[in-house]
Amino acid sequence: MMSDEAGRKDWMGLLARAKPGRIAALLEGAELAEPVTYLRAPEIGSVMVRGRAGGTGAPFNLGEMSVTRCTLKLAGGAVGHGHVQGRSRGDAEAAALVDALMQGAKAEAVRAAILAPLHAEETARRQARAARAAATKVEFFTMTRGED
Amino acid sequence: MYVAVKGGERAIDNAHAWLAEERRGDREVAELEVAQIREQMSLAVHRVMAEGSLYDPDLAALAIKQARGDLIEAVFLIRAYRTTLPRFGASEPIDTADMACDRRISATFKDLPGGQVLGPTFDYTHRLLDFKLAAEGEVPPAPSTDAPAEPVPHVTGFLNREGLIEEAPADDTPPPDLTREPLEFPADRALRLQALARADEGFTLGMAYSTQRGYARNHAFVGELRIGAVTVEMEIPELGFAIEIGEITVTECESVNQFKGSKTEPPQFTRGYGLVFGQSERKAISMALVDRALRWEELGEDNVGAPAQDTEFVLAHADNIQATGFLEHIKLPHYVDFQSELELVRKLRREAGASDMKEAAE
Repeated sequence: MMSDEAGRKDWMGLLARAKPGRIAALLEGAELAEPVTYLRAPEIGSVMVRGRAGGTGAPFNLGEMSVTRCTLKLAGGAVGHGHVQGRSRGDAEAAALVDALMQGAKAEAVRAAILAPLHAEETARRQARAARAAATKVEFFTMTRGED
Repeated sequence: MYVAVKGGERAIDNAHAWLAEERRGDREVAELEVAQIREQMSLAVHRVMAEGSLYDPDLAALAIKQARGDLIEAVFLIRAYRTTLPRFGASEPIDTADMACDRRISATFKDLPGGQVLGPTFDYTHRLLDFKLAAEGEVPPAPSTDAPAEPVPHVTGFLNREGLIEEAPADDTPPPDLTREPLEFPADRALRLQALARADEGFTLGMAYSTQRGYARNHAFVGELRIGAVTVEMEIPELGFAIEIGEITVTECESVNQFKGSKTEPPQFTRGYGLVFGQSERKAISMALVDRALRWEELGEDNVGAPAQDTEFVLAHADNIQATGFLEHIKLPHYVDFQSELELVRKLRREAGASDMKEAAE
């Protein structure tokens, strides 16, 4: 069960962080959509983001972020939850559908068609920034020191 | 006193129509797209997100366009929009030690694990206008280096090992929320940090600068400044576990401050903390200095009567939307108020005139 939960956490996070429009676009291309019943129609709201004083101390409220969520059910009974950053109802619905499909027979197809490309895009994006940051790392060297 | 008056509708409609036209500017010049503002005016977008207290770059960019670049007006629009959103909950506290750093510098240690990473900074630029930007032209890609993933621990952790700096032990007290309960004094540190995180950058900078100039001087060093992306996690009740709901860019500053010790604390370094949405190091450093000044009481320091030590003064005046709301309302019609003032001044003058005449007669 734990590994199922860890896997689900991973894909839900990946879906939440995806660039606007990407999940819906990949889903459309893959023709994996199924009829669904909404348990909670896509809804835009906010989440209060917290930090910790001193980075590690007592929590405080930093400010809110926009989040859109959706819950739906497939004909087979699988319930999918989607939470995405931002205000795209389409993305929240697509994320919920992917979450539901990942619990059934189409999981591998969904992983290949949607999760794998999202993961590759995010990794490339992160690596590009990390590589630029690394190029600005200071390499100190001592010039001259002392009296002679 | 307010009195309802009628008769301005047409003038108001026409004023707003002209506002829209002025916002558009010269039609010979291409119209700005919201995405252009988001991508190319990103630090303005970050400021509007920080002070609007809502992380949403597209909305902040739209607000800047609508406000014709007036950032406080844009913050106002974001604050107003924010109140329309249902609150889904609160996140787990973000883990800034796990940040993917674009920038990470320390003014206190030269060699430190993770290194000094300058990032996309204005520091060391010559502050000369670059006329090449006025011409069209593509920017070459910035150099990149293969980056071995390396942990970037917080600098204060090194000082902690020697016991030379006060610790910030983890604690899970649910923080107060000034968007739900009106700000009341005394305000604990969690409430102060929330208010400072959304405070006006200029006000926070001025207060921080006052501490550097000697009003409650606290000898701050930038122990660490880091800017980068952190993921945000939230517990989802339906799932029974926490998931990541997004990724945000934040700026964090930890100041390290000299401290001679007090009745309750040994001599050691103390800390101020700044955390702000977006890339905004001026604000984050300012916040850390003001946070440290406001901590005088819990550290057993003397209150020297400096403005930056006065929680009520700082927090009650730091919010630019509250401030501008009250300030700007005095331009709205106060005809009846003013009429009574006018009557009063006339009466006083009549009385003063009468007594002058009486004195002259005597």
